[in-house]
Amino acid sequence: MNKIYLIIQREYLSRVRKKSFIIMTVLGPVLMAALILLPALIVTMGDNTEKIVAVINPTKQFDSVLKDSKSVKYLNLGNTKLEEAKKAFKQSNYYAILEIPDSVADNGDVKMYSEKQPSLEVKMFISNQIEKELEREKLKRKGIDENILNAIKSNVNIKTIKWTKEGAEKQTSTEIAMAVGFIAAIMIYMFVFIYGAQVMRGVIEEKTSRVIEILISSVKPFQLMMGKIIGIGMVVMTQFLLWIVLTLAIVTVAKTALMPNQSETVKQSMTQNVIQSATHQQQPALPDNMIGEIFTSLGNMNIPLIIFCFIFYFLGGYLLYSSLFAAIGAAVDNETDTQQFMLPITIPLILAFVMAQAIIQNPEGQLSFWFSIIPLTSPIIMMVRIPFEVPVWQLILSMALLVLTFIGTTWMAGKIYRTGILMYGKKVNYQELWKWLRYHN
Amino acid sequence: MDFFVAQDIVKRYADQLALDKVGINVKEGTIFGLLGPNGAGKTTLIRIINQITAPDEGQVYFAGEKLKNSHVDQIGYLPEERGLYKKMKIGEQALYLAQLKGISRTDALKKLKYWFEKFEIQSWWDKKVEELSKGMQQKVQFIITVLHSPKLLIFDEPFSGFDPINASLMKDEILNLKKQGSTIIFSTHNMSSVEELCDDIALIDKGRTILKGDIKDIKKTYKTNIFEVSFQGDLDKLKNIAPEHFSVDKMSSYDHTLTAQIRILNSLSTNELLTHIMKCGNIISFNEIVPSMNDIFIKVVGENK
Repeated sequence: MNKIYLIIQREYLSRVRKKSFIIMTVLGPVLMAALILLPALIVTMGDNTEKIVAVINPTKQFDSVLKDSKSVKYLNLGNTKLEEAKKAFKQSNYYAILEIPDSVADNGDVKMYSEKQPSLEVKMFISNQIEKELEREKLKRKGIDENILNAIKSNVNIKTIKWTKEGAEKQTSTEIAMAVGFIAAIMIYMFVFIYGAQVMRGVIEEKTSRVIEILISSVKPFQLMMGKIIGIGMVVMTQFLLWIVLTLAIVTVAKTALMPNQSETVKQSMTQNVIQSATHQQQPALPDNMIGEIFTSLGNMNIPLIIFCFIFYFLGGYLLYSSLFAAIGAAVDNETDTQQFMLPITIPLILAFVMAQAIIQNPEGQLSFWFSIIPLTSPIIMMVRIPFEVPVWQLILSMALLVLTFIGTTWMAGKIYRTGILMYGKKVNYQELWKWLRYHN
Repeated sequence: MDFFVAQDIVKRYADQLALDKVGINVKEGTIFGLLGPNGAGKTTLIRIINQITAPDEGQVYFAGEKLKNSHVDQIGYLPEERGLYKKMKIGEQALYLAQLKGISRTDALKKLKYWFEKFEIQSWWDKKVEELSKGMQQKVQFIITVLHSPKLLIFDEPFSGFDPINASLMKDEILNLKKQGSTIIFSTHNMSSVEELCDDIALIDKGRTILKGDIKDIKKTYKTNIFEVSFQGDLDKLKNIAPEHFSVDKMSSYDHTLTAQIRILNSLSTNELLTHIMKCGNIISFNEIVPSMNDIFIKVVGENK
């Protein structure tokens, strides 16, 4: 037993110390944090420069409507002619010249002259204000009271509330459940694939460098295989843990240090897209609500169960597939020969991943049930279903089958492995593998 | 006393019989030559000793006990196809492999320092294997094999890849290990090194032991009663002096000196033979032609076809 510990230690340390591991571990969270923070940063940075927009508005109808914002300042040029304003543009510090002709009420055409292409943010900001005024004007002309209009505006927001067996009510969100399930499934898929392939490459390395003969004169082949699988599994868990910790740290630090006064903007931009948040003056109430909803429905999910299942299904899926990967590595002489055996292993994984998108639409259906029970696909599919709460018996059945299957596959892989690692220069096919399975050495 | 015994070992692979009732006895503190042509089953037998694979039939005893799992720690194995982790540093790798053989890290470190100093390779400690030449890698591999002071050492073609200087250095080390009490199984195709090093041998061919025993006894049995004599005199006279007692086979002449191989046909003693030759000329040298292991190997394996 001491020996398997040594193997785990070597497999773990030799990978954790690698530059590529350190870079990936540090870069991963930076990228993730950037993905979260960048939209917010773009918005806040865009706000920093003041843009002067010169307005030519003969009717003066819009003088009171065009209100300055942090980034856009209006300058009323009064009766100045467009041609003059254009001439003056070079010497001025104008960002753009806005011409609102009299005909705007009929066709909605407004012209904006500038040297550079005006930003979407500025364009949206201005057109919003003008549109509002035009709408108000039209309503007035048709004799509709604005207050009535506001009163009949409706916004339907279905809050989903579930009963527990005890009768307690919980507010939930289908969208959040979908997101949580899908992210968990993608991560399991990725990690099983990347690190399963690492196990395979490790086996091939030992075989081609011929160090294998020395190793198995010291330890049992099965110990060696399991040591490698467990060691690499621990590398995954380490990377995973570090990613979570680092991402959280970076996000919090960035939030407080980079933008101390604008955490509100950050929150909004996390839930809205850039354009919406650029015009947030009009609809400030919604994002706050959403954040609140996200947190209540997250809080109402069974987070410990989800985390437990994630770890369980990751480990189960990883053990199942990596032992098969190890067997492939043992059966071939070099990496280019792995193709023919890789296919039957990657098909269920990819199938599960593709199916996940259908499953998420209908997590209670027949298809969902079977794919979350069959062990080859259950690690991915069950994770999609878990946020929607799965009957306990299904969960237990799926987990038990997964455990039984990975015991089966490791046993099988162990047999192929022990024969394969000492076999050189032989083109191996499935018939040959079947023969190895029946050896009793 | 026999330190290692294998009795009636049978090992079948799906479509062939790799070992068919093979038996070897290795005496404690000796060097045992395991010989045989390619594909004879030597590697299979070595793998059985290392418990990499198990025999289908037969018994294996190690130091008087039935071979069991814990014995692998007392065996050092230098495989023919050798290799190390290419990207791992030498020192770290040697420590790891020694620990896998069951010795503690501190012990391994102490012994490793001793060997590195002995071979004057301390500067290699932090080098990766891929940075070393093949010969250098072999040296490291040799150290790793003997590092945990095993009672039984198995060397499979230990001198391949070494230049003559390093090969003789390794030879001395192997003899040294023998002196310190290690029992050594030595497998090679290089018959001259077998004659230099081995006490006993077993010759395996097609999964069977076809010859085994003390190397001196074997040579004695394969003696062909041929003597080589160089003399200055009359060759025709020698041929006809006593044709019923001996025949003159090969001959050559160089600078008035004739060299002939003489085969004794009956129980003629060497003294009597010399008297016959003296009558024909002046003897310069006379010695018995002892068959080399190489000749015996070729003869025995050839007869086994």
